[in-house]
Amino acid sequence: MTKSLIYSLSFHVVMILLTVLSLPFMIRQPVDLPPIISVELIQISDKTNIPYAPKARKIIKKVKEEEKRVVSEQAPPAAKAKEKPDRIPLPKKQDEKKELVKKKQNPKEIKPEIRQASEFEKKDIIDTNQIATLIDKAKEESAKVEKNDLKLTQSNIKNSFATGLTLSEEDALRAQIFGCWTVPLGLPYDQDNFLVRIKLELKQDGTINKSEILDHERMNRPGQKFYKVLAESALRAVRICQPLRVPQTGYDKWKTIQLNFNPMEMLKG
Amino acid sequence: MNKIFYFFIIIFFKLNIAHSLIEVDITRGNLDPLPIAVSPLHVDIQSEKYEDIKIKELGNLISSVIEKNFKSTGLFNPLNKDAFVQKPDIAHLKPRFEDWRLITAQALVTGKILIKDGKLKVEFRLWDLAASQEMTALAFTTTPSNWRRVAHIISDKIYERLTGESGYFDTRIIYISETGPRTQRVKKLAIMDQDGANTKYLTLGNELVLTPRFNPTNQLVTYMSYFKNLPRVYLLDIETGIQEVVGNFPGMTFAPRFSPDGKKIIMSFAKDGNSDIYTMNLKTRLVERITEDSSIDTSPSFSPDGKYICFNSDRSGLQQIYTMKSDGTGSKRISFGNGIYGTPVWSPRGDLIAFTKMRAGKFYIGVMRSDGTGERLLTENYYQEAPSWSPNGRLLVFYRETKANKNGEGFSAKLWSIDITGYNERELKTETDASDPSWSALLSK
Repeated sequence: MTKSLIYSLSFHVVMILLTVLSLPFMIRQPVDLPPIISVELIQISDKTNIPYAPKARKIIKKVKEEEKRVVSEQAPPAAKAKEKPDRIPLPKKQDEKKELVKKKQNPKEIKPEIRQASEFEKKDIIDTNQIATLIDKAKEESAKVEKNDLKLTQSNIKNSFATGLTLSEEDALRAQIFGCWTVPLGLPYDQDNFLVRIKLELKQDGTINKSEILDHERMNRPGQKFYKVLAESALRAVRICQPLRVPQTGYDKWKTIQLNFNPMEMLKG
Repeated sequence: MNKIFYFFIIIFFKLNIAHSLIEVDITRGNLDPLPIAVSPLHVDIQSEKYEDIKIKELGNLISSVIEKNFKSTGLFNPLNKDAFVQKPDIAHLKPRFEDWRLITAQALVTGKILIKDGKLKVEFRLWDLAASQEMTALAFTTTPSNWRRVAHIISDKIYERLTGESGYFDTRIIYISETGPRTQRVKKLAIMDQDGANTKYLTLGNELVLTPRFNPTNQLVTYMSYFKNLPRVYLLDIETGIQEVVGNFPGMTFAPRFSPDGKKIIMSFAKDGNSDIYTMNLKTRLVERITEDSSIDTSPSFSPDGKYICFNSDRSGLQQIYTMKSDGTGSKRISFGNGIYGTPVWSPRGDLIAFTKMRAGKFYIGVMRSDGTGERLLTENYYQEAPSWSPNGRLLVFYRETKANKNGEGFSAKLWSIDITGYNERELKTETDASDPSWSALLSK
């Protein structure tokens, strides 16, 4: 009794382990996250208003005071009445509009919190060494990005894992069949399901060993005559195209391949 | 125990392989017409002479009719015979598929004819060149003078095999032949094959004739002509040439059409400025009033199942399309676009209604679903109207008039056809000017 129980338990454990390890749908796929790109949000005010650094402020104050003195030594300018502009006054509505525009452009309304922070406020003296380090860091970061580009992206890995073909291999095959498939033009416009699935068994040189229409029973259904025509056109395309453009290696992976023909996108735009 | 254990392991690995099958989606292809080679039909040496028919040329003649039919569809591209790589007799037995593929043909038609004992025997084969196999093969026997119909029937069979839809080549078109200056047009009832051959005139042109329509068996035609200076609906037997006035109405009757079973005629009857829709049973001659409205109800057309009728009416102010049950109840407006709608005709498939639309001085031929949705205008012109469906519901034939100059010159009326996709618009050649076409059902069912 105990022996059989142990056998049963061990057998079940083995089964569960096999299930977890072997079946592809049990494997947790890595989450396909796009690479994180840092974005710095900068709000630009209508008029740039960069405050001066304290040291610079002192120097500017001094220069201004000297200029003031120079001006006071000169004779004051004669008072002159302002000339009235010779033009027709605008209607009230337009005046209002103008005011509105002025309001928008008024720099006083810009809140101080959203002004761009100046480097002068952060540090009084600019350290040239630190700038150099900043440049160096930028170099390192760009080098990392280049390295990442050389590797496969997460979606690429997922694609090649699922299909056994890389994206470029898959595209090459697709492009080849696009050229060979003459889509029947007389297909009914009121149908929604045009999908034809063809399973191919290929030889190593890309020629077809065996072909099978997977939904062949649909051909004999009433009102589905067009499906037979469509399926035949798909088969014709594959035969005309052979040898198919398949990779030179990994024959076991693409020995059996399924092509899903669907002209819906073309017919309905 | 071990055996069971290994058995399960193998099953799991098999499952694993099954799940990782490579799938590639093909969502694009080329939309060029299918390249097809129509080989001249081989004439059997045992063939005997028959009247005026040149037997040696018959094979070429039949294949050229088939080619023309295919070319006119816009779906096929018949290849030039100069490029053909095999003699007709050998190709008919077993084509050299590799050689035919070299000229980019995807399908091949071959055939053989034999005239013996006053009978013409025609057989044909359709080959799939990519699959290197026969797709269909049929043989027909008829009188040799019927060779054009045989060519049309073969075209229908091939069309059906390659598109999945029934063909429309073995059909006729009845229309109004127009001759003479615009102010003094002579209008005759004329009938021809769908490709413009075999034109025959059914009336002499003494009376004005309009709107001819076939019955489902293609033997009877109903049309409008004048009787004692009043427009009246007539019935004509094409075989015997006997014609009669339909019903004894005290006013004018017009816009006649047969019911799908051919037992009734539906038409408009106008009296005192009011026009309503009536049906008349051709056997019992019983007349039934379908609409009872103060507006003008006209151009009725049955749905293919005979349960509904579409018609146009100005009951909403402007002329629009309406549908109702065949007993006249449940009337419903289905057209709501800008402009005036007229001449609605229900498709033989039952899903679409074709119509003429007038908007901003232009005329359009369009289609909409039977519930009024999905309106599509297929073609626009100065003046065009009266669409009629091909028996497979794929094409529309209509007529188009050109604008005359100040002296009344340059005016013409021609028949045109268009695919319901809006493509393949082409003129149907007729001996004279033509208007009011009506497409028959398939002659050979």
